[in-house]
Amino acid sequence: MIKKFIYLEWKAFTRSASFGANLAMKILLGFLMIYFSLIFIGAGVGAFYILKKMNLEPLVTINKFLLYYFLFDLVIRLLMQSIPVLNIKPLLVLPFKKPTIVHFSLGKTALSFFNWVHALFFVPFSIVLVLEGYDVIGIVMWLVAIFSLIYINNFLNIILSNIDKLFVVFIGLAIGLGGAQYYKLFDITIFTTPFFQGLYAQKGLFLIPILVLIGLYQFTFKYFKNNLFLDAGLSKKEDVAKTENLVWLNQFGTLGTFLKNDIKLIRRNKRSKTTIVMSVVFLFYGLIFFGNTHQPEAMHIFAGIFVSGGFLFVFGQFVPSWDSSYYQLMMTQNIPYRGYITSKWWLIVIATFISTIIASFYLLYGWEVYLTIVVGAIYNIGVNSHLVLLGGAFTKTPIDLSNAGGAFGDKKAFNASAMLLSLPKIFLPLLLYWLGLHFADKTVALALVAGAGVLGFIFKEKVFSLIEKRYKLEKYSTISAYKQKN
Amino acid sequence: MIQVNQLSKKYNGTTVLNINNLEIPKGQSFGLVGNNGAGKTTFFSLLLDLIQPSTGHITSNNIQVNENENWKSFTGSFLDESFLIGYLTPEEYFYFIGDLRHQNKADIDALLAEHEEFFNGEILNNKKYLRDLSKGNQKKVGIIATLIGNPEVVILDEPFANLDPTTVSRLKKIIKDLAENPNITVLVSSHDLQHTVEVCDRIVALNKGEIVKDIQTSRETLQELESFFAV
Repeated sequence: MIKKFIYLEWKAFTRSASFGANLAMKILLGFLMIYFSLIFIGAGVGAFYILKKMNLEPLVTINKFLLYYFLFDLVIRLLMQSIPVLNIKPLLVLPFKKPTIVHFSLGKTALSFFNWVHALFFVPFSIVLVLEGYDVIGIVMWLVAIFSLIYINNFLNIILSNIDKLFVVFIGLAIGLGGAQYYKLFDITIFTTPFFQGLYAQKGLFLIPILVLIGLYQFTFKYFKNNLFLDAGLSKKEDVAKTENLVWLNQFGTLGTFLKNDIKLIRRNKRSKTTIVMSVVFLFYGLIFFGNTHQPEAMHIFAGIFVSGGFLFVFGQFVPSWDSSYYQLMMTQNIPYRGYITSKWWLIVIATFISTIIASFYLLYGWEVYLTIVVGAIYNIGVNSHLVLLGGAFTKTPIDLSNAGGAFGDKKAFNASAMLLSLPKIFLPLLLYWLGLHFADKTVALALVAGAGVLGFIFKEKVFSLIEKRYKLEKYSTISAYKQKN
Repeated sequence: MIQVNQLSKKYNGTTVLNINNLEIPKGQSFGLVGNNGAGKTTFFSLLLDLIQPSTGHITSNNIQVNENENWKSFTGSFLDESFLIGYLTPEEYFYFIGDLRHQNKADIDALLAEHEEFFNGEILNNKKYLRDLSKGNQKKVGIIATLIGNPEVVILDEPFANLDPTTVSRLKKIIKDLAENPNITVLVSSHDLQHTVEVCDRIVALNKGEIVKDIQTSRETLQELESFFAV
């Protein structure tokens, strides 16, 4: 029975639109995967010695932060981990036993990237601990417990994913606890550290997470088994629709028409709503870099780009995939490509502009920091906006906007690969900035980056013609790729 | 109005459509019938420049559709649900298409009022997004949207499928009205011989991508077609 499922999954995987992408892309992705894996493993091995050097007891220190680790893990899962689904509907009427279907669907989530990525850190860390003379049995128990907790998060995510905006609660919780600890009001870790430490020191304590995990699995299993009906767990949630005319956009002509549509697109689809959330998260990215003397100065421009570029990176990346479900319509309507691209461009520009204004709280770090952000915004508008739109012509992964509900619905098909691909867009400004710093001073460095942005802006029409040509060239293959999911 | 020249479409060596010559004069209502895989949708997709022909070309109003995009301004089409924007309400969808076709809100409202009966009270002001409508109701929206902006060519793929009997007869009336207008060329495809015979002046039957019948509709047409498709 399971064999049949695996067969289906394998077919779904090898025949998906994104898998068919070109070889260079796959190789690049492969390298990025290896790179990040190495970083994680390095962190796992290095953590012990670094903490030791800072005169901290490594295991206790890690245990101290584990609470936050798991909180953030849960937030990230709620935001990004799509629940891998078997296409369940057609299976319901076939001679599969319901428990088999549910077990397999749940079991599949266990293999998710979001689970095994932790192993890259914890396993090397544990090995180092053992080599450094920690009690082997204790460490094994600790590791088992940690993994139980990771899988508890996995199943929590599945149960909770039906509740909208829950991640905000967890972010709030993390920030609240972290803040309270930072300002020495209340330290939650005083209570949690002994527990995590106990997983190592106390024999048998590690059974608690395991038992919780088993219980949670049972619960999830029952929950889904009982809801495995078309009008229950598998039903589509219907929203009450409200017609909005956004008349004030009419003054912009065709551009306004598209903007109206894009605004509705973002507001009414779960998938696109997360881009707004991500843009806000990006706004705070600079906090890691500014006022942090450990970071090399050249990295400031890195932060500058990201602070205002959140929307550009997470939304712009997927133009025109956002319109994938009705791309055929767009292609038969009286639409000039340029108008279509221009409206997306404006959307990105407006979002970048708003982000830059909101980011003015960075003025607290001094006007130089804010200037870096403004320069980053100029670069985003002048160069990166064109780059993402151009990249869009090659994005052939259809986005399923409408799949908004259902217990097993693949709601958050977050494409991490596309996000990684946006990295090159920040290397160029980084290089320019570094060159400026190296051969002159900060002003020159900023001027270089801003200059590149302005230059891009000046050649906007030319670049747009190029993008337009690309889109036209890719038209037929894009249509056929987008058809896959429809 | 529409001129097909040496048109063929091959996928991996298999010819799915091969039409040497076909001319559809202005004002004709043209029915395309055939079994599954006969090439009906392929032909419409080629006509709408959604796929590339392997050989030959189609001109619409003397515009070669895969070279020049100007045909878009006088062509209204609905092939399937992928022509709908799921997250819009029906009204918003109509206004959106209207904007693209340079119609103002009043024009659209007038058109919608005209087809109120066709909607049967299930489309407008229903607080539902298009994605949450039933297949049949989605189809109603798509069909009426093709009429926005006074198109000269209207292309409907399988318009009768998924519709309830009442709506089918109302749709037939709409298509007949269009057919009576000498400026509008209507192209309809269907599995249903009877419906097609009722609304079309001319019927072309496709089989495995080839034209096997091309007849002006008369009283005997239905019988002729039925005997052709009977095994």
